[in-house]
Amino acid sequence: MKTDDLVAMLSANVEVVDRRQMLRTLAGAIAVGAVVVLGAALIVLGGRTDIRSGEAPAFLAAKLIFAAAVTVPAFFYLIRLARPGEHRRGWMALLALPFVGIVGLASVSLVQAPAPHWQAMFMGDEWLECLLSIPIIAIVPFALVVWAVRQAAPTHLRRAGALAGLVAGGLSAAGYALHCTADSLPFVAIWYGGTILLCTLAGAVLGPRLLRW
Amino acid sequence: MSTNEQELKSLMTAGLDGDAAAYRALLERLSAHLRNYYRGRLARAGRGAFEAEDLLQEVLLAIHTRRHTYDRAELFTPWVHAIARYKLIDYLRRTNASHGDVPIDDAGELAAHADHDGVESSIDLGRMMAQLPVKMQRAIQYVKLDGLSVAEAARRSGMSEAAVKVNIHRGLKALSAAIRPGVAS
Repeated sequence: MKTDDLVAMLSANVEVVDRRQMLRTLAGAIAVGAVVVLGAALIVLGGRTDIRSGEAPAFLAAKLIFAAAVTVPAFFYLIRLARPGEHRRGWMALLALPFVGIVGLASVSLVQAPAPHWQAMFMGDEWLECLLSIPIIAIVPFALVVWAVRQAAPTHLRRAGALAGLVAGGLSAAGYALHCTADSLPFVAIWYGGTILLCTLAGAVLGPRLLRW
Repeated sequence: MSTNEQELKSLMTAGLDGDAAAYRALLERLSAHLRNYYRGRLARAGRGAFEAEDLLQEVLLAIHTRRHTYDRAELFTPWVHAIARYKLIDYLRRTNASHGDVPIDDAGELAAHADHDGVESSIDLGRMMAQLPVKMQRAIQYVKLDGLSVAEAARRSGMSEAAVKVNIHRGLKALSAAIRPGVAS
Protein backbone atom coordinates (compact mmCIF):
# COMPACT_ATOMS: atom_id res chain seq x y z
CA MET A 1 0.00 0.00 0.00
CA LYS A 2 1.29 3.44 -0.88
CA THR A 3 1.42 5.91 1.96
CA ASP A 4 -0.12 8.58 -0.27
CA ASP A 5 -3.11 6.32 -0.83
CA LEU A 6 -3.50 5.76 2.88
CA VAL A 7 -3.36 9.51 3.52
CA ALA A 8 -5.98 10.09 0.83
CA MET A 9 -8.20 7.42 2.34
CA LEU A 10 -7.90 8.68 5.91
CA SER A 11 -8.57 12.29 4.95
CA ALA A 12 -11.53 11.57 2.67
CA ASN A 13 -14.77 12.89 4.20
CA VAL A 14 -13.32 13.29 7.70
CA GLU A 15 -15.83 13.38 10.50
CA VAL A 16 -15.99 16.19 13.03
CA VAL A 17 -14.47 14.92 16.26
CA ASP A 18 -16.42 15.34 19.47
CA ARG A 19 -14.21 17.19 21.98
CA ARG A 20 -15.77 15.45 24.93
CA GLN A 21 -15.63 11.93 23.57
CA MET A 22 -12.78 10.75 25.80
CA LEU A 23 -14.16 12.26 28.97
CA ARG A 24 -17.59 10.83 28.20
CA THR A 25 -16.26 7.32 27.66
CA LEU A 26 -14.24 7.34 30.87
CA ALA A 27 -16.97 8.96 32.95
CA GLY A 28 -19.49 6.48 31.53
CA ALA A 29 -17.28 3.54 32.51
CA ILE A 30 -16.95 4.95 36.04
CA ALA A 31 -20.69 5.51 36.32
CA VAL A 32 -21.56 1.96 35.26
CA GLY A 33 -18.80 0.66 37.55
CA ALA A 34 -20.26 2.64 40.46
CA VAL A 35 -23.69 1.14 39.89
CA VAL A 36 -22.22 -2.38 39.90
CA VAL A 37 -20.27 -1.63 43.08
CA LEU A 38 -23.37 -0.20 44.75
CA GLY A 39 -25.34 -3.30 43.77
CA ALA A 40 -22.65 -5.61 45.12
CA ALA A 41 -22.46 -3.73 48.42
CA LEU A 42 -26.16 -3.19 49.07
CA ILE A 43 -27.73 -6.24 47.45
CA VAL A 44 -25.10 -8.98 47.63
CA LEU A 45 -23.39 -8.01 50.90
CA GLY A 46 -26.20 -5.90 52.35
CA GLY A 47 -25.96 -2.35 53.71
CA ARG A 48 -25.08 -1.85 57.38
CA THR A 49 -28.21 -1.83 59.52
CA ASP A 50 -26.68 -0.08 62.54
CA ILE A 51 -26.27 3.17 60.66
CA ARG A 52 -28.26 5.26 63.18
CA SER A 53 -26.39 4.12 66.23
CA GLY A 54 -23.55 5.87 68.01
CA GLU A 55 -20.45 6.62 65.99
CA ALA A 56 -21.56 4.68 62.91
CA PRO A 57 -22.50 7.71 60.77
CA ALA A 58 -19.21 9.44 61.55
CA PHE A 59 -17.17 6.37 60.60
CA LEU A 60 -19.19 5.76 57.46
CA ALA A 61 -18.54 9.36 56.46
CA ALA A 62 -14.81 8.99 57.22
CA LYS A 63 -14.56 5.88 55.05
CA LEU A 64 -16.44 7.52 52.19
CA ILE A 65 -14.32 10.67 52.40
CA PHE A 66 -11.15 8.57 52.34
CA ALA A 67 -12.38 6.59 49.33
CA ALA A 68 -13.41 9.77 47.50
CA ALA A 69 -10.09 11.46 48.29
CA VAL A 70 -8.37 8.47 46.66
CA THR A 71 -10.69 8.06 43.67
CA VAL A 72 -11.39 11.59 42.48
CA PRO A 73 -7.79 12.79 41.97
CA ALA A 74 -6.91 9.37 40.52
CA PHE A 75 -9.70 9.74 37.97
CA PHE A 76 -8.44 13.14 36.82
CA TYR A 77 -4.88 11.90 36.58
CA LEU A 78 -6.07 8.85 34.66
CA ILE A 79 -7.70 11.14 32.06
CA ARG A 80 -4.30 12.73 31.50
CA LEU A 81 -2.52 9.38 31.37
CA ALA A 82 -5.01 8.09 28.82
CA ARG A 83 -3.68 10.70 26.37
CA PRO A 84 -0.33 10.30 24.63
CA GLY A 85 2.46 12.36 26.10
CA GLU A 86 4.77 13.00 28.98
CA HIS A 87 3.20 13.87 32.28
CA ARG A 88 4.53 15.67 35.30
CA ARG A 89 5.04 13.40 38.22
CA GLY A 90 4.01 15.92 40.88
CA TRP A 91 0.57 14.37 40.76
CA MET A 92 1.87 11.18 42.30
CA ALA A 93 2.39 13.02 45.59
CA LEU A 94 -1.21 14.21 45.56
CA LEU A 95 -2.39 10.64 45.07
CA ALA A 96 -0.40 9.53 48.13
CA LEU A 97 -1.91 12.24 50.37
CA PRO A 98 -5.09 10.43 51.44
CA PHE A 99 -3.02 7.38 52.40
CA VAL A 100 -0.64 9.49 54.45
CA GLY A 101 -3.64 11.22 56.01
CA ILE A 102 -5.43 8.04 57.07
CA VAL A 103 -2.24 6.52 58.48
CA GLY A 104 -1.70 9.74 60.47
CA LEU A 105 -5.25 9.70 61.85
CA ALA A 106 -4.97 6.00 62.65
CA SER A 107 -1.77 6.65 64.59
CA VAL A 108 -3.45 9.40 66.61
CA SER A 109 -6.37 7.15 67.51
CA LEU A 110 -3.98 4.36 68.51
CA VAL A 111 -2.00 6.65 70.80
CA GLN A 112 -5.22 7.70 72.52
CA ALA A 113 -6.38 4.12 73.05
CA PRO A 114 -5.02 1.69 75.64
CA ALA A 115 -2.65 -0.89 74.16
CA PRO A 116 -4.85 -3.94 74.91
CA HIS A 117 -7.49 -2.49 72.51
CA TRP A 118 -5.08 -2.27 69.61
CA GLN A 119 -5.58 -5.81 68.43
CA ALA A 120 -9.34 -5.25 68.10
CA MET A 121 -8.82 -1.87 66.42
CA PHE A 122 -6.58 -3.33 63.75
CA MET A 123 -8.38 -6.54 63.00
CA GLY A 124 -12.04 -5.81 63.82
CA ASP A 125 -14.30 -8.80 63.22
CA GLU A 126 -14.20 -8.68 59.48
CA TRP A 127 -10.67 -8.01 58.27
CA LEU A 128 -10.72 -11.11 56.10
CA GLU A 129 -14.03 -10.17 54.53
CA CYS A 130 -12.68 -6.69 53.81
CA LEU A 131 -9.44 -8.07 52.40
CA LEU A 132 -11.38 -10.24 49.96
CA SER A 133 -14.36 -8.02 49.20
CA ILE A 134 -12.64 -4.82 48.08
CA PRO A 135 -10.41 -6.48 45.44
CA ILE A 136 -13.23 -8.74 44.22
CA ILE A 137 -15.77 -5.91 43.95
CA ALA A 138 -13.09 -3.88 42.14
CA ILE A 139 -12.86 -6.37 39.26
CA VAL A 140 -15.87 -5.10 37.32
CA PRO A 141 -15.05 -1.37 37.59
CA PHE A 142 -11.43 -2.21 36.74
CA ALA A 143 -12.49 -4.02 33.58
CA LEU A 144 -14.74 -1.11 32.61
CA VAL A 145 -12.06 1.50 33.22
CA VAL A 146 -9.48 -0.54 31.29
CA TRP A 147 -11.95 -0.80 28.41
CA ALA A 148 -12.43 2.98 28.46
CA VAL A 149 -8.69 3.69 28.60
CA ARG A 150 -8.16 1.32 25.66
CA GLN A 151 -10.45 3.58 23.60
CA ALA A 152 -7.94 6.36 24.27
CA ALA A 153 -4.18 6.20 23.68
CA PRO A 154 -2.08 5.76 26.82
CA THR A 155 1.67 5.74 26.22
CA HIS A 156 2.75 4.86 29.78
CA LEU A 157 0.92 1.61 30.22
CA ARG A 158 2.19 0.63 33.64
CA ARG A 159 1.25 3.97 35.16
CA ALA A 160 -2.10 4.05 33.39
CA GLY A 161 -2.81 0.49 34.57
CA ALA A 162 -1.90 1.42 38.14
CA LEU A 163 -4.25 4.40 38.00
CA ALA A 164 -7.05 2.25 36.61
CA GLY A 165 -6.50 -0.11 39.56
CA LEU A 166 -6.46 2.79 41.98
CA VAL A 167 -9.73 4.21 40.65
CA ALA A 168 -11.40 0.77 40.71
CA GLY A 169 -10.08 0.03 44.21
CA GLY A 170 -11.27 3.40 45.50
CA LEU A 171 -14.75 2.89 44.04
CA SER A 172 -14.91 -0.59 45.47
CA ALA A 173 -13.83 0.64 48.93
CA ALA A 174 -16.55 3.31 48.87
CA GLY A 175 -19.11 0.61 48.13
CA TYR A 176 -17.76 -1.76 50.74
CA ALA A 177 -17.96 1.03 53.35
CA LEU A 178 -21.76 0.87 53.03
CA HIS A 179 -21.63 -2.70 54.33
CA CYS A 180 -18.67 -2.67 56.70
CA THR A 181 -19.28 -2.25 60.44
CA ALA A 182 -15.65 -2.17 61.56
CA ASP A 183 -15.49 1.32 62.99
CA SER A 184 -11.88 2.11 63.74
CA LEU A 185 -9.38 4.26 61.89
CA PRO A 186 -6.50 1.76 62.11
CA PHE A 187 -8.80 -0.79 60.47
CA VAL A 188 -9.59 1.62 57.64
CA ALA A 189 -5.93 2.53 57.22
CA ILE A 190 -4.76 -1.07 56.93
CA TRP A 191 -7.61 -2.92 55.27
CA TYR A 192 -9.06 -0.16 53.11
CA GLY A 193 -5.74 1.51 52.32
CA GLY A 194 -3.98 -1.82 51.88
CA THR A 195 -6.56 -3.37 49.57
CA ILE A 196 -6.74 -0.22 47.44
CA LEU A 197 -2.95 -0.35 47.08
CA LEU A 198 -3.26 -4.02 46.18
CA CYS A 199 -5.66 -3.09 43.38
CA THR A 200 -3.21 -0.41 42.24
CA LEU A 201 -0.39 -2.92 42.17
CA ALA A 202 -2.50 -5.41 40.21
CA GLY A 203 -3.31 -2.65 37.73
CA ALA A 204 0.37 -1.82 37.33
CA VAL A 205 1.18 -5.46 36.65
CA LEU A 206 -1.68 -5.94 34.18
CA GLY A 207 -1.47 -2.52 32.51
CA PRO A 208 1.26 -3.22 29.94
CA ARG A 209 -0.58 -6.32 28.79
CA LEU A 210 -4.16 -5.04 28.85
CA LEU A 211 -3.62 -1.53 27.54
CA ARG A 212 -1.39 -2.15 24.50
CA TRP A 213 -2.61 -0.68 21.24
CA MET B 1 10.11 24.13 15.59
CA SER B 2 7.64 26.56 17.11
CA THR B 3 6.34 27.70 13.71
CA ASN B 4 6.12 24.02 12.87
CA GLU B 5 4.09 23.49 16.04
CA GLN B 6 1.74 26.37 15.24
CA GLU B 7 1.14 25.27 11.67
CA LEU B 8 0.67 21.62 12.51
CA LYS B 9 -1.59 22.43 15.42
CA SER B 10 -3.84 24.66 13.32
CA LEU B 11 -4.04 21.94 10.66
CA MET B 12 -4.90 19.41 13.33
CA THR B 13 -7.64 21.48 14.95
CA ALA B 14 -9.11 22.27 11.53
CA GLY B 15 -9.04 18.54 10.77
CA LEU B 16 -10.78 17.74 14.04
CA ASP B 17 -13.50 20.19 13.01
CA GLY B 18 -14.00 18.31 9.75
CA ASP B 19 -11.72 20.22 7.32
CA ALA B 20 -10.56 17.42 5.01
CA ALA B 21 -8.03 19.52 3.07
CA ALA B 22 -6.30 20.69 6.24
CA TYR B 23 -6.32 17.17 7.60
CA ARG B 24 -4.80 15.81 4.42
CA ALA B 25 -2.08 18.47 4.51
CA LEU B 26 -1.39 17.53 8.10
CA LEU B 27 -1.04 13.81 7.34
CA GLU B 28 1.22 14.56 4.38
CA ARG B 29 3.51 16.68 6.49
CA LEU B 30 3.53 14.18 9.30
CA SER B 31 4.31 11.40 6.81
CA ALA B 32 7.43 13.17 5.58
CA HIS B 33 8.52 13.99 9.08
CA LEU B 34 7.84 10.56 10.56
CA ARG B 35 9.40 8.74 7.60
CA ASN B 36 12.70 10.45 8.35
CA TYR B 37 12.30 9.84 12.05
CA TYR B 38 11.65 6.11 11.61
CA ARG B 39 14.36 5.57 9.00
CA GLY B 40 16.87 7.10 11.38
CA ARG B 41 15.65 5.24 14.43
CA LEU B 42 15.32 1.88 12.72
CA ALA B 43 18.81 2.19 11.24
CA ARG B 44 20.15 2.95 14.70
CA ALA B 45 18.36 -0.12 16.07
CA GLY B 46 20.10 -2.21 13.41
CA ARG B 47 16.96 -2.59 11.32
CA GLY B 48 16.44 -2.02 7.63
CA ALA B 49 15.01 1.26 6.43
CA PHE B 50 12.41 -0.73 4.48
CA GLU B 51 10.53 -1.31 7.72
CA ALA B 52 10.00 2.42 8.14
CA GLU B 53 7.09 2.59 5.70
CA ASP B 54 5.18 -0.22 7.45
CA LEU B 55 5.63 1.50 10.76
CA LEU B 56 4.73 4.89 9.31
CA GLN B 57 1.45 3.56 7.97
CA GLU B 58 0.64 1.88 11.25
CA VAL B 59 1.22 5.20 13.00
CA LEU B 60 -0.89 7.18 10.53
CA LEU B 61 -3.78 4.82 11.18
CA ALA B 62 -3.22 5.09 14.92
CA ILE B 63 -3.09 8.89 14.78
CA HIS B 64 -6.30 8.89 12.79
CA THR B 65 -8.31 6.46 14.91
CA ARG B 66 -7.11 8.08 18.15
CA ARG B 67 -7.19 11.71 17.14
CA HIS B 68 -9.92 12.37 19.69
CA THR B 69 -7.28 11.95 22.41
CA TYR B 70 -5.59 15.19 21.34
CA ASP B 71 -6.40 17.93 23.84
CA ARG B 72 -6.56 21.28 22.04
CA ALA B 73 -5.36 23.06 25.15
CA GLU B 74 -2.01 21.25 24.81
CA LEU B 75 0.81 21.42 22.26
CA PHE B 76 0.38 19.20 19.22
CA THR B 77 3.93 18.05 18.44
CA PRO B 78 4.49 16.37 21.83
CA TRP B 79 1.25 14.45 21.27
CA VAL B 80 2.43 13.18 17.88
CA HIS B 81 5.89 12.50 19.19
CA ALA B 82 4.54 10.44 22.10
CA ILE B 83 2.52 8.28 19.69
CA ALA B 84 5.44 7.93 17.28
CA ARG B 85 7.79 6.90 20.04
CA TYR B 86 5.29 4.54 21.65
CA LYS B 87 4.70 2.81 18.30
CA LEU B 88 8.43 2.56 17.59
CA ILE B 89 9.10 0.83 20.91
CA ASP B 90 6.06 -1.41 20.46
CA TYR B 91 7.19 -2.30 16.94
CA LEU B 92 10.75 -3.10 17.97
CA ARG B 93 9.54 -5.34 20.81
CA ARG B 94 6.93 -7.03 18.70
CA THR B 95 9.22 -7.81 15.78
CA ASN B 96 12.34 -8.56 17.78
CA ALA B 97 12.16 -12.32 17.40
CA SER B 98 11.03 -12.51 13.80
CA HIS B 99 13.42 -9.94 12.34
CA GLY B 100 16.43 -10.62 14.52
CA ASP B 101 17.67 -13.45 12.38
CA VAL B 102 17.09 -12.09 8.90
CA PRO B 103 20.34 -12.76 7.02
CA ILE B 104 22.24 -9.60 6.20
CA ASP B 105 22.18 -10.11 2.41
CA ASP B 106 18.39 -10.46 2.46
CA ALA B 107 18.09 -7.26 4.38
CA GLY B 108 20.36 -5.53 1.88
CA GLU B 109 18.22 -6.68 -0.98
CA LEU B 110 15.05 -5.43 0.65
CA ALA B 111 16.69 -2.14 1.52
CA ALA B 112 17.80 -1.69 -2.09
CA HIS B 113 14.26 -2.46 -3.18
CA ALA B 114 12.97 0.11 -0.73
CA ASP B 115 15.19 2.81 -2.21
CA HIS B 116 13.31 3.23 -5.43
CA ASP B 117 9.98 2.36 -3.95
CA GLY B 118 10.26 3.84 -0.51
CA VAL B 119 6.75 5.19 -0.13
CA GLU B 120 5.08 1.83 -0.46
CA SER B 121 4.74 -0.54 2.47
CA SER B 122 4.48 -4.31 2.52
CA ILE B 123 0.98 -3.94 3.93
CA ASP B 124 -1.77 -5.16 1.64
CA LEU B 125 -4.80 -2.96 2.26
CA GLY B 126 -7.04 -5.05 0.01
CA ARG B 127 -6.27 -8.20 1.94
CA MET B 128 -6.77 -6.52 5.29
CA MET B 129 -10.06 -5.04 4.11
CA ALA B 130 -11.25 -8.46 3.02
CA GLN B 131 -10.97 -9.64 6.65
CA LEU B 132 -13.47 -7.03 7.83
CA PRO B 133 -17.22 -7.60 8.16
CA VAL B 134 -19.00 -6.70 4.92
CA LYS B 135 -20.73 -3.61 6.35
CA MET B 136 -17.42 -2.12 7.41
CA GLN B 137 -15.88 -2.94 4.02
CA ARG B 138 -18.71 -1.20 2.21
CA ALA B 139 -18.76 1.86 4.43
CA ILE B 140 -15.01 2.35 4.03
CA GLN B 141 -15.10 1.59 0.31
CA TYR B 142 -17.86 4.09 -0.46
CA VAL B 143 -16.87 6.96 1.79
CA LYS B 144 -13.11 6.69 2.23
CA LEU B 145 -12.02 5.14 -1.07
CA ASP B 146 -14.70 6.12 -3.61
CA GLY B 147 -15.22 9.51 -1.97
CA LEU B 148 -19.00 9.35 -1.71
CA SER B 149 -20.70 11.43 0.97
CA VAL B 150 -22.06 9.62 3.99
CA ALA B 151 -25.61 10.28 2.77
CA GLU B 152 -24.88 8.75 -0.65
CA ALA B 153 -23.14 5.78 0.92
CA ALA B 154 -26.11 5.25 3.20
CA ARG B 155 -28.52 5.27 0.26
CA ARG B 156 -26.40 2.89 -1.78
CA SER B 157 -25.73 0.40 1.02
CA GLY B 158 -29.15 0.50 2.65
CA MET B 159 -27.63 1.46 6.03
CA SER B 160 -28.57 4.53 8.02
CA GLU B 161 -26.11 7.43 7.97
CA ALA B 162 -25.27 6.77 11.60
CA ALA B 163 -24.56 3.12 10.79
CA VAL B 164 -22.25 4.17 7.93
CA LYS B 165 -20.30 6.43 10.29
CA VAL B 166 -20.08 3.77 12.97
CA ASN B 167 -18.94 1.16 10.46
CA ILE B 168 -16.23 3.46 9.09
CA HIS B 169 -15.04 4.19 12.60
CA ARG B 170 -15.02 0.55 13.68
CA GLY B 171 -13.54 -0.59 10.39
CA LEU B 172 -10.61 1.79 10.62
CA LYS B 173 -10.02 0.75 14.21
CA ALA B 174 -10.06 -2.89 13.12
CA LEU B 175 -7.57 -2.10 10.34
CA SER B 176 -5.41 -0.27 12.84
CA ALA B 177 -5.41 -3.39 15.03
CA ALA B 178 -4.91 -5.80 12.13
CA ILE B 179 -1.85 -3.90 10.96
CA ARG B 180 -0.04 -5.14 14.08
CA PRO B 181 0.18 -8.88 13.46
CA GLY B 182 0.62 -11.15 16.40
CA VAL B 183 -0.97 -8.83 18.93
CA ALA B 184 -4.40 -9.73 20.20
CA SER B 185 -6.60 -6.68 20.27
